[in-house]
Amino acid sequence: MSGRSQRGASLILCSLMLLMLGGSVLALRQITLARPEARLQDVLYIPSSKALKRMSLGYNGLLADIYWTRAVQYFGWNHKHKAMSYPLLYPLLEITTELDPHLIVAYRFGATFLAQEPPDGAGEPERAVELIDKGIKANPDDWHLYYDLGFLYAMNMGNYEAAEKAFDSGSKLPHTHPFLKILAADMAEHGGELETARLLWETTYNSTDDPGIRSNAMRHLQALDVDETVPKLEDLIRRYREKTGIEPTSFFELVQAGWLRRIPTDPLGMPYKLLPDGTVQVQDPEAWSFIRRGLAPKGTSESPQKP
Amino acid sequence: MAAIETVALRKTYQVGFWRKKPKVALRPLNLSVREGEVFGYLGPNGAGKTTTLRLLMGLAAPTGGSFKILGGEINDPAIRSRIGFLPEQPYFYDYLTPLELLNYYAALSAVPAKDRTRRIEATLKRVGLQEDAWGTQLRKFSKGMLQRVGLAQAIVHEPKVVVLDEPMSGLDPMGRREVRDLIEELNHEGKTIFFSTHILSDAEALCDRVAVLNRGELRGVGVVADLVGSVKGNVEIMWHGTAANTDMEAKGFSCHAVGETVRAIVPEMEVDKAIDILRNHGARLMAVTPMRTTLEDYFLAKLGAPAEVTQ
Amino acid sequence: MSNRLGAIAFNTFREAVRDRVLYNLIIFALLMIGSSLLLGQITIAVQKQLLINLGLTAISIFGVLIAIFIGIGLVSKEIDKRTLYTVLTRPVQRWEFIVGKFFGLVGTLVVNAGLMTVGFFVALLYLMHGLVRSDLSILAAVYFILLQFLIVTSIALLLSSFSTPIESAVLTFAIFVVGSFSEDLRSFAEAAKGAAHYITMAISYLIPNFSALNYIASVAHGEAIPGNIVLLNTAYAILYAGSAVCAASLIFQNRNMK
Repeated sequence: MSGRSQRGASLILCSLMLLMLGGSVLALRQITLARPEARLQDVLYIPSSKALKRMSLGYNGLLADIYWTRAVQYFGWNHKHKAMSYPLLYPLLEITTELDPHLIVAYRFGATFLAQEPPDGAGEPERAVELIDKGIKANPDDWHLYYDLGFLYAMNMGNYEAAEKAFDSGSKLPHTHPFLKILAADMAEHGGELETARLLWETTYNSTDDPGIRSNAMRHLQALDVDETVPKLEDLIRRYREKTGIEPTSFFELVQAGWLRRIPTDPLGMPYKLLPDGTVQVQDPEAWSFIRRGLAPKGTSESPQKP
Repeated sequence: MAAIETVALRKTYQVGFWRKKPKVALRPLNLSVREGEVFGYLGPNGAGKTTTLRLLMGLAAPTGGSFKILGGEINDPAIRSRIGFLPEQPYFYDYLTPLELLNYYAALSAVPAKDRTRRIEATLKRVGLQEDAWGTQLRKFSKGMLQRVGLAQAIVHEPKVVVLDEPMSGLDPMGRREVRDLIEELNHEGKTIFFSTHILSDAEALCDRVAVLNRGELRGVGVVADLVGSVKGNVEIMWHGTAANTDMEAKGFSCHAVGETVRAIVPEMEVDKAIDILRNHGARLMAVTPMRTTLEDYFLAKLGAPAEVTQ
Repeated sequence: MSNRLGAIAFNTFREAVRDRVLYNLIIFALLMIGSSLLLGQITIAVQKQLLINLGLTAISIFGVLIAIFIGIGLVSKEIDKRTLYTVLTRPVQRWEFIVGKFFGLVGTLVVNAGLMTVGFFVALLYLMHGLVRSDLSILAAVYFILLQFLIVTSIALLLSSFSTPIESAVLTFAIFVVGSFSEDLRSFAEAAKGAAHYITMAISYLIPNFSALNYIASVAHGEAIPGNIVLLNTAYAILYAGSAVCAASLIFQNRNMK
């Protein structure tokens, strides 16, 4: 066990070990890239979420967290790649909430992203309602869930009566948000209006800490801004044309003429485009998911969001 | 060429919970074993004999110093293949039979496959293991049988140097006799034998030279033939009949009687005087034996003496 | 060198085969496989699925158990029982000892898994009265299970070279569990910020990824396994296990025998 040859051997072994470890990390990276969702396959194959709960030997909470993280990752990764369907989203959320029925954020995430139309959601509002109903059964005193239910009925299904009922039930809870009463009243009269939509999205934004839900709500609010501004600008252009007889080619002309204080910009800071036929469009349609105005008439296919 | 040569070989263990306390197991050892010798490594239990052997066999790393075996490093497989080792209280894979075990060892020691069976069987016969035990799992063996298997694995590959740690332990007198004979045989074949023991009579009978170790320190090295057998100057007399005892005591010869048989140790010059007294009392002489130094005397002397610089 | 490696590997294999624990586990696994045939009242398609799920899971879990039971003692048992001394004093390099032990245990596991797979296919034949082409992917899934064994064995061996059997058993088992969730660990890491992000990412790449080698569920649904995955997984398992075996050799190389 002496000296030189021993040290030599140790050196060789050490370098070999590090090399192979590095190699294994590289191989693992390749594997990860080659099968991004493979770990979710088991979601399709689990006999039922109740069976999974039984098999988890009491570690429900941990498993729920794992499935919750998987759900968020699943949605995020697919959304980034502009997927047009999210078949595993409902199963993942269903399992998560079966394992931990009090994980409120999972129900809320589903309310938003199951209901929205692809590519921003699964386009399955009925399943979203199912999920929320399940959530309400397990958490009858949480106003957030009633709120989400009303929201779903109002914004995704156009059913203002059901929305009113949901807001109303929520408003009667011992610890509730004062807005629910107002929203209930609003549904009856102003169901389809833009202002109602704005109110709802603002409330959603303020009611949660989840970054995914918040940023989604923010984008909706920005889109509502555009939907409100574009018709106003087009109207302005029409009136200018009628008054001056000139077909304006850019907003700059209106600024010079004193009709506008400055070049109008959208919530993202890009100036609006004025087209020769008097319509107004956003600079970068790709950046906008939820707008109904300000887009080119043919080609872009946004199935219109329910009001 | 020396078969085994150590230069200031030492070993210190760090013991204690934080491994701070040093325990010196072996102080710098300078030892030289000649080829073809039978060398005895003596010392009481805990003297550091096993530690030395572990260092020599490459099982533990020395804290300082160096050593060579057959002029080479223990790391070198060529050197290893020429050494045979029997550790103290060896254990073997108890689920194997002696044949399987030796086959395994022989393969590891590069004994060519075609010679293996022949050599293994010859070796097993040589160490005195009965044939009907060759196919039995080792877990069923007695200590003595295991010791024989241990010797077999140490020599099956025809090493030039054989290192044995307490080879006689666990053996009955018959067995010890056989091992002593085996060691002599191996030595006659030209093998160097280096073994440690605390049984001095075995060492005295077998060794060319011995070293004495105590508390990790080398106390002395000597040639057995020189150390043993010199007449100490005393004579032991044994006789039958207690009548003479009083007179013997009076002359200063202390007597030890067991029944009617009496012994006394008498300086060489007074032997005639003593015998006269006995004859006068009609005692029947049984034996008159000059006493010689034994290895035990040397051993005990060296244990007490301060450390020696070796030759 | 290869003679010595072969001798050590064969000896390790022989020791494992003569260990009665092995037989108990095999019999239990076969029973598990057989029991899945007794659930009569469901459709054949679902029965097949159940058989594959249960059977392959049994092969995987019992194999891992054997790997752990025997692996943890590979080195520590020899040191405790001192059977090591007469081996290391022969012209055997320390790393040869480790590598030989590794292959011996892997060989045991392969034979083991082979027996259980045969039993499994017997059950499958009995159920389906014949095999279809898609059943080939079952063999691929078994191959991946063998790759899992490679990694688990290397880890048990590594731990055995410096810890006691109990510590090694607990740690190996823990690593197996965490490794089965390593992709989720990576998800947690991706969502984390700052130092936690880097540390968790590093851990998720350094612990063995067993879920990447688990294709039991998809094979139960008759899906094929893509060829590049087979290659990548093979490379991964060999590199990872190789690294652990090098580490074990390194530790063992510098170990003092008391």
